[in-house]
Amino acid sequence: MIPELGHYALVLALALGMIQAIAPVVGARTNDSTLIQLAASTSIMQFVFVGLAFLALVGCYVTSDFSVATVYENSHSMMPLIYKITSVWGNHEGSMLLWVLILSLFGALVGSFGTNLPSVLKAHVLAVQSWIACAFYLFILFTSNPFVRLSQAPFEGRDLNPILQDIGLAIHPPLLYLGYVGFSIAFSFAIAALIEGRIDAAWARWVRPWTLAAWMFLTIGIAMGSYWAYYELGWGGFWFWDPVENASLMPWLAGTALLHSAVVMEKRSALKIWTILLAILAFSLSLIGTFLVRSGVLTSVHTFANDPARGVFILAILMLFIGGGLILFAWRAPALKQGGLFAPISREGALVLNNLFLTTACLTVFVGTLYPLALEALTGEKISVGAPFFNLTFAPLFIPLLVVMPFGPLMAWKRGDILGVAQRLFAAFGIGIVVVALTFVAEGGRSILAPLGLGLASFIMIGALTDIAERMGLFRLPLLAAWQRAIGLPRSVWGTALAHFGIAVTLLGIVGVSTWASELIAAIKPKQSVSLSGYELAFEGLVQRTGANYREAAARFTVREGGVPIATMEPSKRSFTARATITTEAALLTRGFSQLYLSLGDVNGDGSISVRLYHKPLVLLIWLGAVVMAFGAALSLSDRRLRIGIPKPATKTTMQPAE
Amino acid sequence: MWRQALMTLFVLLLASGPSPAVQPDEILKDSVLESRARNLSRELRCMVCQNQSIDDSEAPLARDLRLLVRERLTQGDTDQQVLDFLVSRYGNFVLLKPPLEWHTILLWGLPPAALIAGLVGLILKGRRKEPTASATEALSQDEERRLSTLVDGRLPKP
Repeated sequence: MIPELGHYALVLALALGMIQAIAPVVGARTNDSTLIQLAASTSIMQFVFVGLAFLALVGCYVTSDFSVATVYENSHSMMPLIYKITSVWGNHEGSMLLWVLILSLFGALVGSFGTNLPSVLKAHVLAVQSWIACAFYLFILFTSNPFVRLSQAPFEGRDLNPILQDIGLAIHPPLLYLGYVGFSIAFSFAIAALIEGRIDAAWARWVRPWTLAAWMFLTIGIAMGSYWAYYELGWGGFWFWDPVENASLMPWLAGTALLHSAVVMEKRSALKIWTILLAILAFSLSLIGTFLVRSGVLTSVHTFANDPARGVFILAILMLFIGGGLILFAWRAPALKQGGLFAPISREGALVLNNLFLTTACLTVFVGTLYPLALEALTGEKISVGAPFFNLTFAPLFIPLLVVMPFGPLMAWKRGDILGVAQRLFAAFGIGIVVVALTFVAEGGRSILAPLGLGLASFIMIGALTDIAERMGLFRLPLLAAWQRAIGLPRSVWGTALAHFGIAVTLLGIVGVSTWASELIAAIKPKQSVSLSGYELAFEGLVQRTGANYREAAARFTVREGGVPIATMEPSKRSFTARATITTEAALLTRGFSQLYLSLGDVNGDGSISVRLYHKPLVLLIWLGAVVMAFGAALSLSDRRLRIGIPKPATKTTMQPAE
Repeated sequence: MWRQALMTLFVLLLASGPSPAVQPDEILKDSVLESRARNLSRELRCMVCQNQSIDDSEAPLARDLRLLVRERLTQGDTDQQVLDFLVSRYGNFVLLKPPLEWHTILLWGLPPAALIAGLVGLILKGRRKEPTASATEALSQDEERRLSTLVDGRLPKP
């Protein structure tokens, strides 16, 4: 009964979606306020019904109802409750349901909190949002129905892919989808603006918080996925330039560009057309990401099923929305009035440069990811584009971007003074140079890359702090006055500084781990020990353990530093009976921002085991930086200028302290 | 069809138990040669895997290739000779960084072309329009005021 109710709820959501797709547009044409108002309530009800469908599916998994096909294929009665719940989206059907759940959540948020939006704009935004939703409801109902029953219910399920049996599955996909799907709002706003043929600075102010929220979730989602791959896949890499990773990086790059160009549009009402285009592109890239992952064009851990019908359906959705969006753009954009002009050396100019590098970086990833597919489809020739290609092409685009980053926030609008800015960045630059020199000497001149990387990271960090210090008048004003100004600074200023600081933190981690990491591969017997980077690991012996749905063979190691035992590490191999699968669980030991990473190989004939031990200096900074970036975004979001959702009496005109 | 075969192979590989890619018995005594071998391994694709270098892959074929690379290196091949040998045997598919040829021109050329075109466009645009005071005033004060009231319900600072 529960699955049928879930199925029915989804059909009802589709029906509501269809009403919402048409009624508000008609209402806007005929000036019928009832039809216009309708969209807000249908958007909330859509979320309620998709939510019910989702809960129904969760119910099927939690109660291990193996009469439902997806539950049978992806769950097991012995799995811990958390994995029973996460396996809801650990497969194609369920993950698409999560996708539309989040899509309808965003729609409902616009519907219920967008009270300050002009009613016609809101109606159009919700209508476009519903077009997307309907396409995906249809996709789920026709090709990927998670509620399909088996004629005979098996006694036991086939278990979730053991690689996915991890807390990462609880966090990574929902966050990633919040980011992916969050860009749909920017898309809907862009399409609505094009339909109305009207766009102004207020539009940017309305779009920015949604973009910021999506960007924040996407940042954390990507970082979480990267950390998950790092500890689960067993060879300690943090980014593989896998097509699926690229699929999430492209919307992030486009979204980052969009965030910055929307600032220009909001403050100076320039770059309107470009911002609209980026809004379309960011979501288009999210859709392409979904297509790449879901269609089975790529085979990887992420691709749960290969079914051509699904691929074709998603491709159709893709062409409809991307093609439609771009055609509408080409048709209507020239009619939009271009706004403020600015000198090349100005805050706007810096942001344009930022956009140029970000979009080129995005294009590089796009070409690199899709070129092999296109080439094989067109000529039958097979080539590989992997990490060496991306490292070679991506870095030269990102490094100039990072070098100019500290200049941007210090630059004045309209017409900037690059010499003045350079003077203010003198301290940051000086510290950067000192760091380069110190690292170079400390390393004994072994490499030039590490000192430069560290120098760049410290330049960016101090540069971000300089922005805050300048604004609060530190060193110019008395401390108390500076403190008061610091408190009075808009939170978005703090957010910018933090996000830029976070990038430098990530950079520091990448430089650390790619230049100073050390590795040891060895076969050792019990009571023997290995040492690496000042740590000594003694192999004590093998331990057998049983988990809820697996058996585990762990190797116990005692870690000593300077002869003093500091910890034990137990890398293991898990054998999952239901799928006859073995996974490797690496053991991690965190020391400050660095980690020791120990993963287990085969047991050899002579009783020794193969181990792979890494010392990864500063590796945690890679993900910590992303957390700092996301925190910066959250801080910006809490800026009252961006909190458009809270209705305030428009007539109340009491004076408030100036920012 | 081949995709299904690949999937089956993938599952089989997993069932045999993943292990760290480079095995202790593969490592060469000569540490210079070994580090050259590792660097080369990162440039070479494991042909039965999805986007993995033979350095990362635990597939048997990757192991064979790693051993082959080491064998050629100990026989005195240069890095380029090893790569050439593997390309002659497996085609360009084995290289994770495709060489610049006529059919990879777009792959290598598009990003720099876009960057240069963008820069040139910006410079031309910057030359054409000099900012004027009147043109930069986008919103009138009244509009600003209305916008602020709309957005957060208060007046902008005077």
